[in-house]
Amino acid sequence: MEIFWVLGIPLFGGLMMAVFGTRQHAPEFNSALSFCTFVASAVLTTRVITGGPFSIWGEQFFVDAFNVFLVALTAFVGFTTSLFSRPYMRIEQHHGKLSINMLRLYYSMYQLFSFTMLLALLTNNMGILWVAMEAATLTTVLLVSLYRTPASLEAAWKYFILCGVGLAQALFGTILLYFAAEKILGAGGTALLWTHLNEVKTQLEPTVLSLAFVFLLVGYGTKIGLAPLHNWLPDAHAEGPTPVSAVLSGLLLNVALYAVVRSKVLVDGALGTHLAGNLMMAFGLLSVVMAAFFLARQKDVKRMFAYSSIEHMGLMTFAFGMGGPVATFAGLLHMTVHSLTKSAIFFAVGHAAQKSGTQLMKDIRGLIKTSPTVGWGLALGTLAILGMPPFGVFTSEFMILTTAMHTYPWTMPFLLIALGVAFASIFGRMQLMVFGETTGHRLPHPPAMIPVFLHLALVLLLGLYIPPYLADWYRQATALIG
Amino acid sequence: MNIPLTSQLINMCAALLLLIAFAMLSQRRILSLINLFALQGLILAFSTALVAHTSNQHHLYYSAGLTLMLKVLVLPWVLHRLIRKLNIKWDVETMFNIPTIMLVGLALVIFAFNLAAPISQMAGTITKSTLGIAMASVLLSFLMMITRSKAVPQVVGFLAMENGLFFAATSATYGMPMVVELGIALDVLVGMFILGIFFFQIRVAFDSLDLHHMEKLKED
Amino acid sequence: MSYSALFFQLVQNVLVLLAAPLLLGWINQCRAWLQNRSGAGMLQPYRNLIKLFHKDAVLAHNASPLFRATPYILFACMWLAAALVPVLATDLPLSPAVDVIALVGIFALARVFIALAAMDIGTAFGSLGARREMLVGFLAEPALLMVLFTASTISQSTSLITIVETLAHKQFVLYPSMTFAAVAFFMVLLAENARVPVDNPSTHLELTMIHEAMILEYSARHLALVEWASALKLLAYMTIGIALFAPWGIAEGGNWNALPFAVVLLILKLTIAGAGLAFVETMSAKMRIFRVPEFMGTAFLLAVLGLLTHFLLET
Repeated sequence: MEIFWVLGIPLFGGLMMAVFGTRQHAPEFNSALSFCTFVASAVLTTRVITGGPFSIWGEQFFVDAFNVFLVALTAFVGFTTSLFSRPYMRIEQHHGKLSINMLRLYYSMYQLFSFTMLLALLTNNMGILWVAMEAATLTTVLLVSLYRTPASLEAAWKYFILCGVGLAQALFGTILLYFAAEKILGAGGTALLWTHLNEVKTQLEPTVLSLAFVFLLVGYGTKIGLAPLHNWLPDAHAEGPTPVSAVLSGLLLNVALYAVVRSKVLVDGALGTHLAGNLMMAFGLLSVVMAAFFLARQKDVKRMFAYSSIEHMGLMTFAFGMGGPVATFAGLLHMTVHSLTKSAIFFAVGHAAQKSGTQLMKDIRGLIKTSPTVGWGLALGTLAILGMPPFGVFTSEFMILTTAMHTYPWTMPFLLIALGVAFASIFGRMQLMVFGETTGHRLPHPPAMIPVFLHLALVLLLGLYIPPYLADWYRQATALIG
Repeated sequence: MNIPLTSQLINMCAALLLLIAFAMLSQRRILSLINLFALQGLILAFSTALVAHTSNQHHLYYSAGLTLMLKVLVLPWVLHRLIRKLNIKWDVETMFNIPTIMLVGLALVIFAFNLAAPISQMAGTITKSTLGIAMASVLLSFLMMITRSKAVPQVVGFLAMENGLFFAATSATYGMPMVVELGIALDVLVGMFILGIFFFQIRVAFDSLDLHHMEKLKED
Repeated sequence: MSYSALFFQLVQNVLVLLAAPLLLGWINQCRAWLQNRSGAGMLQPYRNLIKLFHKDAVLAHNASPLFRATPYILFACMWLAAALVPVLATDLPLSPAVDVIALVGIFALARVFIALAAMDIGTAFGSLGARREMLVGFLAEPALLMVLFTASTISQSTSLITIVETLAHKQFVLYPSMTFAAVAFFMVLLAENARVPVDNPSTHLELTMIHEAMILEYSARHLALVEWASALKLLAYMTIGIALFAPWGIAEGGNWNALPFAVVLLILKLTIAGAGLAFVETMSAKMRIFRVPEFMGTAFLLAVLGLLTHFLLET
């Protein structure tokens, strides 16, 4: 029943916002909807923790420790982002960038986007997973092109075409998966259900599955932003509204990675080799290195952090690719802390850009003077994402690196150099933006800094101490992924 | 060669689909491109219905009907309307080096046939040999998207790729479960409408639908 | 070998010789109707030939014996080709010689001679036409060979007789590969016979003409032979097309009783094919000479696709 609420609230909310999105209190209503979704997901989570995994509605929906943790994360960041977008969008409207109808579209699509992500996470059907991913692309295309400027249209077009093509590959992978499954499970609805596939995974045809995985990885990998299929990601992040950048980086990429990991479990079972893991490691490593070097050349602050997202997604893909309890645990932890930190950074960056009237880093100066909260938020967030102790990112990166050192020592130079380059370029620029003489002006609405510090506090907490139930939960998920 | 007649007809349809994929690859006129796309949908629907008839898979009749509705009637109609409203009905695209594109396409076809060969041997469907053609049409549509610089042909390429995937699903496994197919159809439809709105916005912002104008966002 | 077979071979030889101008006349008449003209009548090519044979030949001063011999060689080649193609019966005295590669060779031989003769006089147009002809031929030949190979992989033989027997005799089978081959063959036919999208047989516009540029220097009986050879070539191509793609109804083996039926059917097929050719010519516009390589490249590609499809779908 909780699943019904988790999915029903945002779907209903999307329709409601399409009708009432122009009202004065639409932002508050939007936050309230996201809050309800969050509460429902929290209830769902407690039920899974106490009662274990279960499936409902003819097994079409399925919850286990792995996806419920992502559901909770998605609902939580969705809620805080809606809090952030309340003043942010009002300021944009005040600046004349958005009309009231565009805002209606924004709120409606925001809710529908949450719905598609939650659907992708909760569905047990690999086909529906694809459908939800495609629907998530469609809703975010509209969000990215919200400003209707030439640059945002270009970014949205690129996003649509690249991800459309990528997801078409994933569909082909799904077809191949169904092809292999149909032989064992028989034709019809059950052959694409993940739980059923998982039971018979050792009997699935290895050749077909390895080909299917290549297509799935390339397809969903486009959506994760893995190099060399990442081209849409910086554009979409830089040109869309900041709350959208935050949910794209913090949530959508995770959901895509979730799809890949789910497929990997099946393929590993069928093949009995490390092929899937090796592919993921290769893509992940390439993304980390490539993103680090592109990072150094960025002028736009949102683009820079978008590349940082590519880097971190690459690191997670690498971690899941390595497999084994420690790396998988670290991958899950990194998913959590990266979501929280990156969305917090985007919140701060959004306000900083609004203050300076530009996203160019050379024109953003002395944030700490005009608005200490934004400045500190950006500074702490940057330190966190760069993996400074005691933040949670440090813990997860440390675990990933030590595992890599142990099992794949040759990857170490690449990883260390990439992380070093990323550190140097981001840290130097952050200093200039936060400190120094200022050019900014006051904002017409007070910035929403509570989400930023809430996220950062959680990341700090995860760095210092992982609550036992959370650790237990991660361990369950790790056992599932293997 | 003792293949039943319906199976021969399906093979024939597959060959025609491949032919249309190549025709689309080399077609310069936007209007003809859309008509080719509609024709592709028609052949697809026909062959799906044939497969449904021979294999007694009744759910495939619905798929065929869905294809007919969506890809032969609705989408071409939307596209026709769009190009009429955008006043690009008679647009001709300048493309360079069609023979080279064709040769690349040929290489892709060989690649696809080789890739599909081991899989089709495992398939138990009467349509298994057409899997290679399905894969080839997917790759050819992909190539078409890469080589086009205007928005509408790119979208037609995208939709043609979807057709190829649909054909792959039919030939390898007699189609996906109905719920998935409905979802995919819905996505395609919604995507098409979003793109329709998009065209107008692009047109307003760039004064053209030529994507060469959209190369501002580049790495320095 | 029976005398009746020999007799039928002779009948076929004479028949193709006489029918070729008629086919050309029929196509021209169809084109006229399609273009809302009244046309010169189907017998006009005969009248042209008679007229040309009655004139006195004029030769350039520097014409070599090659120039004079070429019309005869051309005519002989085309007559041989047209007579070889099994159109009515499969068991004729010349049948063992009907190899598809040999057929392509005969066409190539004729092409070489006409191109040489065109350059022989040394006028600009002749060389221009010869160069263009060689360009088209160079691209059309591989496409034609690929089409023929597709057909021969189906019947496991390059003998046209075996191909026709395989395709006509066995139970009805749809060959997807032959669809590709048919389209490619039609494109080759248009190019090789100087039909509209590639060349226009009825103009002398220097920018576009190919075939006409080569024969500008010929007159009287020489021109008549060249024209007749062109008509024979068209007939040969059409009958090859019929043999490959619609061979039903041919008199097989020693079954001479089926012959009248075969004649009627052949006339019907040629009538339809001629009308179809006229229709396509009317519907399409002459393409620029620079587009011709693209056109022929497409034909080649389709032929290769046909071959690939054969291996994928029919084995």
